[in-house]
Amino acid sequence: MNAAYLYSLIAVVVLGLIAYAGVEAAGLDGLFGLVIPYVALLIFIIGFANRMLDWARSAVPFRIPTTSGQQKSLPWIKHAKLDNPTTTGGVIGRMLLEVLLFRSLFMNNRVGFRQVGDSQRIAYKWVIWLWLFGILFHYSFLTVVIRHLRFFMEPTPLLISGLERVDGMLQVGLPGLFISGVVLFAAATMLLLRRIVLPRLRYISMPADYFPLLLIIGIAVTGLFMRYYTKVDISRIKELTMGLATFRPAIPEGEIGGLFYVHLFFVLLLLAYIPFSKLMHMGGVFLSPTRNMANNSRIKRHINPWNHPVKTHTYEEYEDDFREKMIEAGLPVEKEPK
Amino acid sequence: MTGKPKDLINSIDFTPPEKPWDDVDADLSSGRFCYPTKKKNLEYLGMPTTTKDEWSPADEEWPLPDNWQEIIYEGFKDRLEKYRSLKVFMDICVRCGACADKCHFFIGTGDPKNMPVLRAELLRSVYRKDFTTAGKILGRLAGARPLTKDVIKEWFSYFYQCSECRRCSVYCPYGIDTAEVTMMARELLSLLGLNINWVLEPAANCFRTGNHLGIQPHAFKEMVEFFCDDIEEVTGKRINPSFNRKGAEILFITPSGDVFADPGTYTFMGYLMLFEHIGLDYTLSTYASEGGNFGLFTSSDMMKRLNAKMYAEAKRLGVKWILGGECGHMWRVINQYMDTMNGPTDFMELPVNPITGTRFENAASTKMVHITEFTADLIRNDKLKLDPSRNDKFKVTFHDSCNPARAMGLFEEPRYVLNSVCNNFYDMPESTIREHTFCCGSGSGLNTEEIMDLRLRGGLPRANAVKHVHDKYGVNMLACICAIDRAVFPPLMEYWVPEVGTTGIHELVGNALVMDGEIERTTNLRFEPLTDEETEE
Amino acid sequence: MQDKGKIIAGLIIFFMILTFPFWYNRGAASPAPEPELTQKAKEAKVCIADTEYMRTEHMQVLDVWRDTVVRDGKRVYVNAEGKEYVASLSDTCMDCHSNKAEFCDRCHNYASVTPYCWECHTYPEEKK
Repeated sequence: MNAAYLYSLIAVVVLGLIAYAGVEAAGLDGLFGLVIPYVALLIFIIGFANRMLDWARSAVPFRIPTTSGQQKSLPWIKHAKLDNPTTTGGVIGRMLLEVLLFRSLFMNNRVGFRQVGDSQRIAYKWVIWLWLFGILFHYSFLTVVIRHLRFFMEPTPLLISGLERVDGMLQVGLPGLFISGVVLFAAATMLLLRRIVLPRLRYISMPADYFPLLLIIGIAVTGLFMRYYTKVDISRIKELTMGLATFRPAIPEGEIGGLFYVHLFFVLLLLAYIPFSKLMHMGGVFLSPTRNMANNSRIKRHINPWNHPVKTHTYEEYEDDFREKMIEAGLPVEKEPK
Repeated sequence: MTGKPKDLINSIDFTPPEKPWDDVDADLSSGRFCYPTKKKNLEYLGMPTTTKDEWSPADEEWPLPDNWQEIIYEGFKDRLEKYRSLKVFMDICVRCGACADKCHFFIGTGDPKNMPVLRAELLRSVYRKDFTTAGKILGRLAGARPLTKDVIKEWFSYFYQCSECRRCSVYCPYGIDTAEVTMMARELLSLLGLNINWVLEPAANCFRTGNHLGIQPHAFKEMVEFFCDDIEEVTGKRINPSFNRKGAEILFITPSGDVFADPGTYTFMGYLMLFEHIGLDYTLSTYASEGGNFGLFTSSDMMKRLNAKMYAEAKRLGVKWILGGECGHMWRVINQYMDTMNGPTDFMELPVNPITGTRFENAASTKMVHITEFTADLIRNDKLKLDPSRNDKFKVTFHDSCNPARAMGLFEEPRYVLNSVCNNFYDMPESTIREHTFCCGSGSGLNTEEIMDLRLRGGLPRANAVKHVHDKYGVNMLACICAIDRAVFPPLMEYWVPEVGTTGIHELVGNALVMDGEIERTTNLRFEPLTDEETEE
Repeated sequence: MQDKGKIIAGLIIFFMILTFPFWYNRGAASPAPEPELTQKAKEAKVCIADTEYMRTEHMQVLDVWRDTVVRDGKRVYVNAEGKEYVASLSDTCMDCHSNKAEFCDRCHNYASVTPYCWECHTYPEEKK
């Protein structure tokens, strides 16, 4: 769909306005600040578990790893232990490289044409942008999430304040700039622009691709605004979030502001949206049979739980069909003709 | 029909059309589809049939049973439970686009539905409609669409434009394997009786005669004996291989294509010479006379039915282990499916090379060894006397067949053998070999004449890389370890890089092998002089 | 399935990490601390701006002060009411709010904010 991003943009804007109006005009602080957070968390946990268990229920009949390196064969041939693992350790290594470093995306290349004489030739170019935006996006998001734990833990663990110090090491402005927030916004925006600008990518993108990106951009923008421009009283916010994290939900005295509730609502929407969307790749990546299996089915028999008998054409049937011809050709037979 | 290579390649355009893909109907004009299978093949194999005997995909109305939607729904549901791969792959794609230009059919056609991501979306969109909450409620907004007859037509078109080569899977951050998606889609189509003849006829043949080409036992023996005549003429040595012999140590199985047509036949001759030279105690089987398995391109049940012959025959003959010839998808089946489907193999022993004593621990359970593993071991242990200069007129490059590459990881063994039997070996560029290798363009049963234009396009990325080494190093011979490659490459090369021939690795082994008591060789196995005659300066 | 156990174990670990704050806090109430005003601050009644503004913007004010003083050499700040102040953390702010621990640190610690003011500036000795 060509205007798929418009649908998603409208959806995100409307959802943001709902939260803003809900708090500022209708005074639904309790709904947006206390009820929806628990509901969203429950939806996430139950939905996520459901999805994973649903996948777990499906069988893995065959051992079908995609092998990206030399198999283990003769002892003098160097075996690619990670790219073509035969052991659980190798598989774990392969998965870690994939999950932590996005190794497959790192190898990405682009096909283009090159003019040679009067004819085109195909050429390949190593492209790193998708990997770069992808990895910046994921790691900055992770950093932002961990940083936010300061609102849910009292006293704030050293590890988190330490991370904040690293994240704020540029010491620009007051409150100090966190690198992760800006990078998250920039990387998500680049991933979005990629989808809108590159014709092939725009062609394959659906509303379900734009929506989460826009939602995350919305989260980043509201967050950056609160921290650097409009400002909020974070002590009060922590009082609210600590209330949630200690099961003593209460809206604190004093003004927090609609923007905060928009920010919170976006986050909760994202959380509740995950189990029903492609964002489940965060769990699914661990269950992909082409990556999480060892290539050892010649070494050790893999069992198919539903392996059922099939009708085969037995040798006896075959010989019955061709016995005369076989004898004539001097081929041995099991049964002499009557 | 297909014009000049230059015009074809210059006409490729990657710009997607204006209309969204789900509004574009599949092109089912003549030359754009494989012929559907003849009814007799389906009946012989006991598979569902269409409601009309004679029909064409170009027909407006397809002969589907009345409850076709229910059949697909039930079939889909069943497979979602049986294959986690399918379910996970339906759910987790983020459409990042990394796979988009990795497919040789996309590169050759520029058709966006040949991007792996969209090929899978053809199935995914229906999955969302029938099996996900979001799809049921939001419909098209959630990327869901109802199953219509046009969708079935689209499936038939595009799942027979995928050669199950798994290249996209290498680049996918989640390893989503379009081969797996295509296999499932073909199974679903097959439930409605929709199959292509170029797959089903060989499958039916194989079921009855033991091989895809339908060669009957006596003819099989005769053909092999012809090769022995040729070998005698070239080397002066008479070889008398045994057939269906009980008590042999090893059963040798190779694709029947190598018995049937050049240049595979030369490879078969290479095997026979090698075995004779080392005095191997082996036998050939007319019953299990097919290494390949067109069941893989039909359904997992059909794959199992055809594959069952290998172990059944090994058991009947009482061999210790099985040696397998050069073939692509055959080795995917052996490596990833055979033991699971038709094992266990407790009636055989761990394969040991009787000449070198090497234990093939990597085949401990399947008891089946790849011929290049076997030959590499022989060469490494210095058991073969080789004269690589007999292949001096060839400048050789090597095509990694998709399946041994990405469903096995057989990279070094064939290269080791090649480097030992010829003096001029040049690999193609990195992004086109090993796990990045490109399909020949006609794998998974697409090697059929009526879609020649599509095949030449699908084979373009491979041909382009061959052209590169041809221009750079003067490569004139493309070696491969796959019988389908050996059938596909001659016309593909003829079109794109006519100066390059096609060979199997064991043809080159046969040429280089110095057999005991042989006469002085003046020609290679193709009866060509060993060196090109020098042109006068 | 064989791997179902592994998947469930993975899920449990994931959810433990996700809900870690709940375990960590063990339900202990932790309301936001109120900054304590010194006698002098109480008597002054107003700061350079109203309390609501100061709660959210004080760091911004200090940031601007630092820049105007250090870069422009302007040491006088005029607030909205037209009243003049010496733009100085130590001499103006800390003159009233001389109790850093009770006034500054409480909230900063609660919100896990570590201002680097004190890397340069001194603060009055606490009298206790």
